[in-house]
Amino acid sequence: MPPIVRTLLTRGVPLLALYLVVLGLIGAGIIDAYWMATLALICVNIVLAVSLNLITGFTGQFSLGHAGFMAIGAYATAIISNAVAGPAGFLGGLLAGGVLAALVGFLIGLPTLRLRGDYLAIATLGMAEIIRVVFVNLDSVTNGAAGLTVTQNMDWNWFFVLTVGSVILIRNYLRSRQGRDAIAVREDEIAAESIGVDTTRAKVMSFTIGAFFGGLGGGMYASYFYFIKPDLFGFLKSIDILVIVVLGGLGSLSGSIIAAILLALISTLLQGFTEIRMILYALLLVVIMIFRPEGLMGSRELSLNVFSRLGRRRPALATAQAAPGASEAQGKGDER
Amino acid sequence: MSDILAVEGLTRNFGGLAAVSNVNLRLGTGELVGLIGPNGAGKTTVFNLLTGVYPPSAGTITFTRQDRGPVSIGGRRPYAICRAGVGRTFQNIRLFKDLTVLDNVVIALQQNRRYPLLSSFLRLPPFAKAEAEIHAESLELLRIMGLDAKAEELARNLPYGDQRHLEIARALATKPTLLLLDEPAAGMNPNETAQLTRLIARLRDEFALTILLIEHDMSLVMKICERIYVLDHGVVIASGTPAEVRANPKVIEAYLGEEA
Ligand SMILES: Nc1ncnc2c1ncn2[C@@H]1O[C@H](COP(=O)(O)OP(=O)(O)O)[C@@H](O)[C@H]1O
Ligand SMILES: [Mg+2]
Repeated sequence: MPPIVRTLLTRGVPLLALYLVVLGLIGAGIIDAYWMATLALICVNIVLAVSLNLITGFTGQFSLGHAGFMAIGAYATAIISNAVAGPAGFLGGLLAGGVLAALVGFLIGLPTLRLRGDYLAIATLGMAEIIRVVFVNLDSVTNGAAGLTVTQNMDWNWFFVLTVGSVILIRNYLRSRQGRDAIAVREDEIAAESIGVDTTRAKVMSFTIGAFFGGLGGGMYASYFYFIKPDLFGFLKSIDILVIVVLGGLGSLSGSIIAAILLALISTLLQGFTEIRMILYALLLVVIMIFRPEGLMGSRELSLNVFSRLGRRRPALATAQAAPGASEAQGKGDER
Repeated sequence: MSDILAVEGLTRNFGGLAAVSNVNLRLGTGELVGLIGPNGAGKTTVFNLLTGVYPPSAGTITFTRQDRGPVSIGGRRPYAICRAGVGRTFQNIRLFKDLTVLDNVVIALQQNRRYPLLSSFLRLPPFAKAEAEIHAESLELLRIMGLDAKAEELARNLPYGDQRHLEIARALATKPTLLLLDEPAAGMNPNETAQLTRLIARLRDEFALTILLIEHDMSLVMKICERIYVLDHGVVIASGTPAEVRANPKVIEAYLGEEA
C-alpha cells in the first residue's frame, strides 16, 4: 500500500467520520447554539494550545505572551472580515492576523532567543501587555476598550478545516529536520550546537511559527464570538493557554488536544455553578497536577491511527515510554 | 603532512583563575594525539575553547581543511565550528536522552541534508527523499558502531558503554575531519577500555579522521597516541611521544602531586 493511501485510510477516515458525525449532530439540532459555542471554543483552544506547545513543550522556550498573538489575529480578522464580505473576508483576516503575529513574534524572538534562560518569558509578558494597550488606544480602528463587533461568523466546516489543518502542519513541522532541531534545543542546547544545530535559528523559527498559529487561533476566536475587546487578551488568557499545555503534557500534541477538549467540557458543565465554578476548576487542576505532574499525556502521543498495529512500528519523537525504574537505574550510571 | 589545527597563545580566564594559559598546540592531518593532565588541569576547557562553548580570552585557533583552506575558528559559535568540520564528545555524556538512539544520530546527520521548510509542512517530495536518505545513512552509522539493533530505544535506556558509543556515533554523523574525544573511557572497565581503544584506532582510519583525545587515565593514551601534550594548571608542561612524556620529570611530578 503506498504511504499516501495508508495515511488517507488510517488518519483520513477517522477524521472524516468525526467531521460528518458533528455535521449530522448539528443538522439534527443535538448540537445547539450553546454546544456549538463550546465546540468552537475547543477548536480555538486546540489551535492555541498546540501552537504554544510547539514553543514551550517542544522547543523548550517559556513564553507568557500567547494571548498577545491571539489579540493580533483576532483584531486583524475582525477588522478585515467586517470590511470584506464572504469567506474572502475572514480567510484574508485569518491569514493577515497569522502573518502579523508571526512578524511580531520574529521581532521579539530574534533579540531575546539569542540569550539562554528565561528572557523570552519576560519579553513576551511585556509584549502581550503592549499589544493590549495599543489596541485600547488605537480607538479609530479598534474602537478602544469598548471593543469591536464582528459581523461574519465561520461555521463548523471552517472550524474543522482550520483546526485539523493547523494540527497537521505543526505535526509535520515537528517531524521534519527543522522540528527535530527544535526538539534537540529543548533536550540539550549545548549538545545541539556541538552537532551543528544553529540553536538561535531553530528557536526563532519555532517561536515564529507558534506565533503564526497563535494569531490564527485568535482570528478563529473573533470570527465565532461576535465581539472582542482588548481585555479578553490579557495576561490571564496567556495563563489559560499555558494551563491547557501543561495539563495535556509538555511535548505532546495529542495531550494538548485532549486537555483543550476536557477543559472546555468541564468549563461548560460547570456553567450552572456560577459562584463556585472557578474554585472547582482550579481544584481540578491541582488534583490532576498532583496525580499526573507530567500532564495527562506526558510527552507521549496518542495516534488517530486505529490500525497502528498493522502499520510500521516507528515510535514518535520524544516518546518517553521509559519504565521509571530503568531510567532511575541509568541515572545512577551517569554519575560515574 | 600539513597541520589541521594550529593553536597559539590560547588563554581563558574564569574570574581570577587562568584555566588555560598561553597554550600552543599543533595537530598534523591524520594524527592521533593525546591531551593529558591531572584533574582540573584545563583539558576540558581547551576543548570548550576549540569548539566555541566559550570564547578565548586570548590566542588564535586556526583550523584547516584541505578542500577549504585555513579558517580562524576562535570565538565562533559552536554550530559553525561543527559545520567547519570539528566534532566532539563530552566528558559527562550529553545525549538527547529522551529521544531514540536513531534520532540522536539523525539530528546530527540532517545538518548536511537540507530541504526547505515548505516541504516539511506539506511533506513534499524533497522531504520524503531527504528523510529516507538521512535515516538510511544514520542506521548505517549505528551499524558501524554496533548500535543498530537498539535504534528505536531511548538513549537514556542504553547501558553506559553504549551511551559513550552513541555519542561518538552522533559526532561522526556531523562528518568531522577533526574529532575531539573528552575522556571517552571514563567509567569503563579495563575490558571495555581495551575495546574502545581498538575502536578509536579503527575509526580514525575508516573515517580519515584526526583525533585529539583527552584522558585522565594514562594507559589508554600511552597505547594509541602518537604524540601527547601534558597540561597542568592550564599550562602545557610537556609534549612529545609517549615514551618521552613518560620519562619527563615534570610530568611525573604533576601526577605524583595529584596522588599525594
Ligand atoms: N565555566 C567555568 N567557570 C568557572 N570555572 C571553570 C569553568 N570551567 C572550568 N573551570 C575551572 O577551570 C579549571 C579547569 O577545569 P577543566 O578544564 O574542566 O579541567 P580538566 O578537564 O582538565 O579536569 C578548573 O579549576 C575548573 O574549576
Ligand atoms: Mg575534564
